[in-house]
Amino acid sequence: MLNSLVTWLPFGLSRYTGRQVLFGGFIVLALLLLPIVDSNSSHVSAVADAGYILLLAFGLNIIVGYTGLLALGFAAFFAIGAYTYAFVASPQLASPAHPDGYHVSFWLMLLVSAAVAAAFGVILGAPTLRLRGDYLAIVTLGFGEIVPQLFQNLDKWTGGPDGIAAVDQPVLFNYHFGFNPTPYYYLYMAVICICLVLLANLRNSRLGRAWMAIREDELAAEHMGINTMTAKLLAFSMGAAFAGVAGVIYAAKLSTISPSGFDFNMSIMILAAIVLGGMGNLSGVLLGGSIVAMLNFLILPQASNWAHAIGASVHSTFLMNVDLTQYRFMLYGIILVLVMLFRPEGLIPSATVRAELRESMKSPEVA
Amino acid sequence: MALLSLQGVTKSFGGLTAVKNLTFDVEAGAIISLIGPNGAGKSTVFNLITGIYMPSSGSIVFDEHAIEGLKPHSVAARGILRTFQNIRLFSHMTVLENVLVGRHARMRSAAWDCAFRTPFAQKEERSSDAAAMELLEWIGLSRFATEWARNLPYGMQRRLEIARALASEPKLLLLDEPAAGTNPAEKIGLMKLVQSIRDRGVTVLLIEHDMKLVMGISDYVHVLDYGEEIAHGKPDAVRHDQRVIEAYLGKGA
Repeated sequence: MLNSLVTWLPFGLSRYTGRQVLFGGFIVLALLLLPIVDSNSSHVSAVADAGYILLLAFGLNIIVGYTGLLALGFAAFFAIGAYTYAFVASPQLASPAHPDGYHVSFWLMLLVSAAVAAAFGVILGAPTLRLRGDYLAIVTLGFGEIVPQLFQNLDKWTGGPDGIAAVDQPVLFNYHFGFNPTPYYYLYMAVICICLVLLANLRNSRLGRAWMAIREDELAAEHMGINTMTAKLLAFSMGAAFAGVAGVIYAAKLSTISPSGFDFNMSIMILAAIVLGGMGNLSGVLLGGSIVAMLNFLILPQASNWAHAIGASVHSTFLMNVDLTQYRFMLYGIILVLVMLFRPEGLIPSATVRAELRESMKSPEVA
Repeated sequence: MALLSLQGVTKSFGGLTAVKNLTFDVEAGAIISLIGPNGAGKSTVFNLITGIYMPSSGSIVFDEHAIEGLKPHSVAARGILRTFQNIRLFSHMTVLENVLVGRHARMRSAAWDCAFRTPFAQKEERSSDAAAMELLEWIGLSRFATEWARNLPYGMQRRLEIARALASEPKLLLLDEPAAGTNPAEKIGLMKLVQSIRDRGVTVLLIEHDMKLVMGISDYVHVLDYGEEIAHGKPDAVRHDQRVIEAYLGKGA
């Protein structure tokens, strides 16, 4: 009964079983109600911020999960998206001709920044995608370091280490988003839903199969008529486009950006999210991204408060002053080690990765 | 005009000449075999035709176009598909997906179509699915369509590799030792398969060590030794050629 209803659903949802759709629908409904039920705006803000982590994880999943290219400096594309928006939606580029700077529409810039980030994906990819494995990882790592450094040092335009302030916030039909996290929360939800549909479409398309064929056996893929260079460039640019979109919303919500938000730690956090959840699998990426984001934005800051309260009651000055958010990378490290030890395929693995790992554990010499 | 024509093709790696001044034609509709002892340069010939290597000299003409120096994916798009000596399937994709990857060059959906699942992409997906399923039916693998390629038994993996190549509707199919590691029953099945591939209108160039198979199905045989052609002709003539016997068995004392 349930399964027959599912076949009528649009957006390719008919691929899933009734129970999967019901479960997904329940989560979406719970998330829709959250800002109404929980009036604490810092909670809403924290959950909203999970949005950009998820968008980044989606983008990186195309590159690492689908196509099998290990890219380490992914936060660079996030930075490019955010700065592209901040340049044209703040007083930063004020000049005698334009005393107020530029103030391009947020909605237009969502698309433009995605395109700019995608273009940088091609610019980075064209010379480097001939490299494989470790070598590609090193080059992308370098790119991830260079981009925030550039934004920091080109202070004539970028505001240097202080970054760009007074970035415009979105306006929709005269409704000003302002600093209220709730509209951003719903915006992220909408964008994530759209991106999920796009990702699922890609997964089952000519291009998605080409990506996976490259991941499985690049030489054989080339011999089946796949232009592997083009396909890899498309993976890079599409992944980067997701990061570009994330950057725009991030910059608008915070209304201020600085180079330190896009450092290596951010790249590693995203990689950790998709490894934790299960590479190549959309549910896994969703779960991994959510866990990492919740740890980062909600649980650790809260845990600090609890520690302070406990410290006050037991008169421990250490506990009273501890800031647990400073230990988050230690925590990620511990989590990653535990995942690798007990569930190396991620929490919700794609069947692919699970089989690969089982295989290589049985016979470590498999080439 | 032959479908494929090699003219004085030479390939050297440093001091080693893997293929020396090789000239032969493959007529459309034929089954041509390339045989020779291990290391004779047969696989190098395949790699030269499919664009992995650039010939050091000589020309390769396919369908009246020079193809030497083209990238492997362009060679494939022009209608030369191959299988590999050691099976190279996309192990962690389904049997159907493997065949669909083979259809890549016959599909036109752009990145845009794929991401937004445009009506064009949907239509193309449907027709490709149908074509792939038909091919799987034909080669006898349709009931494993949703199975992972790596879960198939060895002989079926060989057949799937052929189906994947045929999905691209090639004019010329290069089979690199398709019978390697298969049992006698599978060899007979393979012989019939190669013949019915030719009957579909696909020309076959075959590298094979199994002489029974080669002699049974080939229209014409070229024998390589140390990168040079030492004999060519109808299977029966080649079988009794003194140089061929020497190349395989060594010179008598």
